[in-house]
Amino acid sequence: MNRPRTGGPGDRPFVLVEQDRGALRIAALDPAAMRGGLRAGMALAEARALWPDLETAQAEPEADAAFMRHLGELCDLFTPLVALHASDGLILDVTGCAHLFGGEREMVWRVRRRLGALGLASCAAISGTPHAAWALARDRRNTIVAAGEEEQAARPLPLTALEQDPATVLALGRAGFQTLGDLADRPSGMLTARFGSSLADTLRRILGREDIRITPLRPAPEIMAEKHFPAPLGLLESLLAVLERLAQDIMAALERRGAGGRAFEVSVFRSDGAVRRIAVETAQGMRDASGLMRLVRLKLEALSDPLDPGFGFDAVRLVVIRSEPMAERQAALDGGPASQAEAGDVASLVDRLTARFGRETVQRFVMHDTHDPMRAGGSVPFLARHTTAPFAHPEPGQPPARPLTLFDPPQWIEALAEVPDGPPLRFRWRRVLHEVARAEGPERIAPEWWRCGNAAPATRDYYRIENAHGHRFWVFREGLYEDSTARPRWFLHGLFA
Amino acid sequence: MNIWLPDMPSALATEQDHPTQGAPGFSLARGALHEFYAGAEADGVSLSALAVMLGMAGGQQATLWARHEALTHETGMPHPAGLAELGFDPSHLLLIRARDAPSALQAGLEGARCPALGAVIIELRGEVKAYDLTASRRLALAARASGVPVFVVRAAAAPMPSAAETRWLARAAPSRALAAKAPGHPAFHLVLLRARNGQEGLQHHLEWNRDAQRLESNPSGHGEAAAARQPDGGASAPLSRGVVAVPVHRPDTARDEPPPYRRAG
Repeated sequence: MNRPRTGGPGDRPFVLVEQDRGALRIAALDPAAMRGGLRAGMALAEARALWPDLETAQAEPEADAAFMRHLGELCDLFTPLVALHASDGLILDVTGCAHLFGGEREMVWRVRRRLGALGLASCAAISGTPHAAWALARDRRNTIVAAGEEEQAARPLPLTALEQDPATVLALGRAGFQTLGDLADRPSGMLTARFGSSLADTLRRILGREDIRITPLRPAPEIMAEKHFPAPLGLLESLLAVLERLAQDIMAALERRGAGGRAFEVSVFRSDGAVRRIAVETAQGMRDASGLMRLVRLKLEALSDPLDPGFGFDAVRLVVIRSEPMAERQAALDGGPASQAEAGDVASLVDRLTARFGRETVQRFVMHDTHDPMRAGGSVPFLARHTTAPFAHPEPGQPPARPLTLFDPPQWIEALAEVPDGPPLRFRWRRVLHEVARAEGPERIAPEWWRCGNAAPATRDYYRIENAHGHRFWVFREGLYEDSTARPRWFLHGLFA
Repeated sequence: MNIWLPDMPSALATEQDHPTQGAPGFSLARGALHEFYAGAEADGVSLSALAVMLGMAGGQQATLWARHEALTHETGMPHPAGLAELGFDPSHLLLIRARDAPSALQAGLEGARCPALGAVIIELRGEVKAYDLTASRRLALAARASGVPVFVVRAAAAPMPSAAETRWLARAAPSRALAAKAPGHPAFHLVLLRARNGQEGLQHHLEWNRDAQRLESNPSGHGEAAAARQPDGGASAPLSRGVVAVPVHRPDTARDEPPPYRRAG
């Protein structure tokens, strides 16, 4: 929908339809349609009989879900702990946040105004447990219930607040239950025996007898500092100045904990609802505000889609996502071990390169304890947590047994070789014919059958060969000439120095 | 860090003990820009190896290797086991997989300004517009300020004027064969195209000695190369042996003879 629908008296009824078992049914409807006697789940044909000029559009559940996630990001402005609930709800854990927005009532009003600015209708409630708030939000709008008073507030709610399937609600109604209070007076064992544990669990949670924590969209930060602006801020430079103050705050907090930050995130909330996040990772624990700001500036310069103030920024937040203990280092009077200072220099070089070129670009080598050359080694992002096997020490006096570079996947070559296990005499790679002058092999490397499926790959016989010009290659034959079922194939796997 | 070229005790010397003219060998100055060009595209991997050898030999400091990602398709991805086989600790290498040549140059420049590094290797492929006089001058100045040698490695490119201290044309050379004609140690042939002290045209046949971590002169280089280019048509000719399809159930007559090549393992 491109324009917000108010569902005023002049509007034609509008519904969203979805395909359900071969029939088009109403998935959602606007107030005008509701007034016209239409209901969700009604067949479209039936609805058209009542309203021939009904406006319809196809329901897009994926787009709705994406929009809800975006709203979740938006509400991140109020608290770092936001969770999605059902298909149309957000649960915000506002513990300890409300005073920043002038109290709970003011906060409810601000959240609803923020959503209203996007053309959305909303209802909200605050209570001690997320399920109680969720049940109250729809039946007792804008209520604020203090912790411990959920049961009293929720008792008058109708059975539909339990969100059970219609058959359960119908059965409960027939048994004479009208409100949650009626159910709450009965022993829960009876309800569990008849309707399963989900009903009793939900009831307990709504009544505040049991509290479960929400699972937030984003992990809770270790340390957080934020600044809300009274009026939208239009200049990027002022934003960075504010950010620098926040950086000093979180670095002071890190210092009190004796920790250094390894991963930071800057969130910028624009007044039109867009949220931008800039993540910065470091190779060593960092506790230096100006160093962090240098990395943030580098990262901002490297953004392919620059940070655009638009109509201004509403708020900015800086969080520490991950930190590690950092020992206080006193510079020794004699200058200290030079290698330590140098390691620090290389680490800050890695930080600058990562901020500028991205995490995947800056890599280091790791080895794995396996004889399969493809798996034996590779490169991973420098900042990735990865263990490495010790590097093998080659046999003295021998030429390198492994090539300097590997092709992934190995490149197919046409080779002419002596049977059954001779090295190639000549081979053609990339349309160039190479005459083999020297060769050594075979070195048989069997595949790791426990990693493969049913069809174990063929055995590989590797050869080190050198052509007449001095280029050295690592080639292998896949399969054996003795095997009459499949012809062996030759591949070039790597190049020697 | 010691970089050795023949007949010089310390080839990669500091600015002060830069060799005088007429010295028997040649040294690469630290804190300067050195260029390596490949005669042919197939020599690309030899260039990479040379730069790694010159940059990492004997050093315990980290080396930055900024590599244009297009090279992965041409010469493959650097393999840590292969680096270990050349005698280096791969954990000392910081690899930059730059998506384009300007990024590789920028990353290299950033590295050249960091004195904690042992060396910076910038590997480019093909003609690169971004690597012009200005860019090479920037690299040379950064290298001089920090004392970090910078090696620019260019495969499939024609030598161009630049601010480099030395410029080399390098290619793989036939190795000295081991027993049963097995390929020997990595061998290279270098021609000095340009040097500040005017020793252009100097030629080196070098072989990598992993155990001593240095490049050594390969005395048989010229002779070997000549022999390899003109096979005498006898036993060394590659195609003179019989290539026959042996039926599965019949013994192979050729099996009685000892294999003419060295067996690994």
